[in-house]
Amino acid sequence: MTSTRVPARAHPVPLQELAAVGAARVVRRTPRELAWRQLRKHRVAMVGLGILAVLYTMMLFAEFLAPYPLDFTDRNRFFHPPILPRFVDAEGRVHLRPFVYATTLVDPQLRIYRPDTSRRYPVRFFVQGEPYRLFWLIPTRVHLFGVDEPGRIFLMGTDQFGRDLFSRILYGSRVSLLIGIMVVSITIPIGMVYGGIAGYYGGRVDNTMMRVVEAIIALPGFYLLITLSAILPTNVGCTTRFYLIVIILSFLGWTGFSRLIRGYVLSLKEREFVLAARALGRDDLGIILRHILPNTASLVLVVATLSIPGAILGESGLSFLGFGVREPCASWGNLLTAGTNLINLSRSPWLLLPGVFIVLAVVAYNFLGDGLRDAFDPRLRSG
Amino acid sequence: MLRYIARRLLHMVPLLFGVTLISFIVIHLSPGDFLAEIRLNPVVDPAVVEEMRRNLGLDQPVYIQYLKWLWAVLHFDFGYSFAYHVPVAWLLGSRLLNTLLLNLGALVLAWLIAIPIGIHAATRQYSWSDNALSMVAYLGISTPTFFSGLLLLYLAFVTGWLPIGGMTSIEYDTLPWYGKVLDVARHMVVPATVLAFGAAAGLMRQMRANLLEVLRQDYVRTARAKGLAERPVTYKHAVRNAINPLITIFGFEIGALLSGSAILENVVGWPGLGQLILESVVRKDLYVVMGALLLGSVTLILGNLIADILLAVADPRIRYD
Repeated sequence: MTSTRVPARAHPVPLQELAAVGAARVVRRTPRELAWRQLRKHRVAMVGLGILAVLYTMMLFAEFLAPYPLDFTDRNRFFHPPILPRFVDAEGRVHLRPFVYATTLVDPQLRIYRPDTSRRYPVRFFVQGEPYRLFWLIPTRVHLFGVDEPGRIFLMGTDQFGRDLFSRILYGSRVSLLIGIMVVSITIPIGMVYGGIAGYYGGRVDNTMMRVVEAIIALPGFYLLITLSAILPTNVGCTTRFYLIVIILSFLGWTGFSRLIRGYVLSLKEREFVLAARALGRDDLGIILRHILPNTASLVLVVATLSIPGAILGESGLSFLGFGVREPCASWGNLLTAGTNLINLSRSPWLLLPGVFIVLAVVAYNFLGDGLRDAFDPRLRSG
Repeated sequence: MLRYIARRLLHMVPLLFGVTLISFIVIHLSPGDFLAEIRLNPVVDPAVVEEMRRNLGLDQPVYIQYLKWLWAVLHFDFGYSFAYHVPVAWLLGSRLLNTLLLNLGALVLAWLIAIPIGIHAATRQYSWSDNALSMVAYLGISTPTFFSGLLLLYLAFVTGWLPIGGMTSIEYDTLPWYGKVLDVARHMVVPATVLAFGAAAGLMRQMRANLLEVLRQDYVRTARAKGLAERPVTYKHAVRNAINPLITIFGFEIGALLSGSAILENVVGWPGLGQLILESVVRKDLYVVMGALLLGSVTLILGNLIADILLAVADPRIRYD
């Protein structure tokens, strides 16, 4: 077999730091501080971090930001184009306060809506609306913005049932943004322990354990994903189904991870500090858990960040095909399903917007992951 | 080398056994069987359904079903499709070519685009074009095929330049042979572009990184020091060595030829394996799903083997004994 190149742990010391050492007094920095300094200089990674901060803030405040509840429908305003707040009215007068016009359907075939310019509906902030619990705790009715009935504010248009796409994207962000983190938080511990044991013991243990991994890896991923999701019961609630999808994605995800950890542990176990621990009489499990696995921390952080996009794409692909999170619940993947009808899509291109959010989240994680890799370990760099 | 290949092929036997076992268990974990739909039909007599169940062999215990299937597969009999009433091997074969055609087209396209762009980006590191290409590559690796597929279909629909899905037009059968080729080619543009975009993005990033690494090597400096022009240094010395590691990626791509386009096929209506397996999973067409999973696995494993062999052929430093 070809030997896999295993990176040694090396932390880049910036030139300025070396200069500082020579100049006045020695500043001791932990590897983590050094990595953080490196990361802050990585402009792309910072952009990724920024995008993620915005997206996750939106997710946390979903109900507060969404003008309409998840099950809201307006049957008279299906496929309604986006209604954005305006400052200039039909007569060209400028108003300081943003407002919208109410609309009526004039042609159901071509879905043409005519605004009623006789009355302006001001966009109100901190309005009372549907009750909800902020952060699942604080009961409240306050929403960031809204307009009086019969005016509507659809920032990103509506779908075939007259549901507000912007609100649904906000609710759907929970599925799409949490799935990656949840899957990784399952696959990391499993992969670390499994790969750690296989790599540390080597020989027959390693052989047997890795055969299992190979058999799962040898199955074509997406085929297996679809087949697995057919197991899921269809009559359960959205939350249950979400957790089951997490389990499925984890079942596929832990294998690659253990293989990586195994390779790394294979090289680590010959190092002096492991021999020292063994000489001091530590038991095997103690050595694996306390001495070897902590040394894989930076590698794990990088790989975890870079494997979150895979989980996000897996879930959205499944949901898009109708195998994942189902209606009436929203996820970015199943919201995009509305766009599969090309006739509808050509008249209502805003139906593609959920896809933009998927790309945004995945790009941001890739940015951050690449930045982390460069910061922690320049030898892992690939581009 | 031959011994190594033989050993790897032998190694495949237990691996494929494990693969079929996992597949069979997974399929049988899902509730209901192929006859669930017929059972709901009040016109059909339950006794008839029971008769059908016996005929399909679904009344036997799961392990018997598995062993029977395995025994048949060892004789290259992959069973019958419940839904289509044709042999699974024939059904898979008819879809296989379509999927191969699409993926091979995309593969060629991706390499043709990615290698020159990767070289360009590496030789002009941190220039505006390198930065712009990096951003495009990020988009390429981050965009799911179902989204880029929808986007292109939307453009095709609005402009009317390209067909919007499927593999052939209605009048396909009346066309002369060159018309048929052209027709399929026109239908292939959207899905092949989508697949190639994603693949080229990853490939280009890899090519750029490899070339940057090689350009830092001593022998490149030596070549420059002896007065060689930059072009031969890049193309004769550096690029050749930078392409080598890409062989591994090539192997993975060979392995993914049958499964890489699964979601996209369903979006653009390409009558390939991905579409077939989705439909079969929904209808619980047991042996079709088993056959497709097995076929996909064999291709993946062979792809890895091909990668390892090619790597040894291209790089004399790598030896297998």
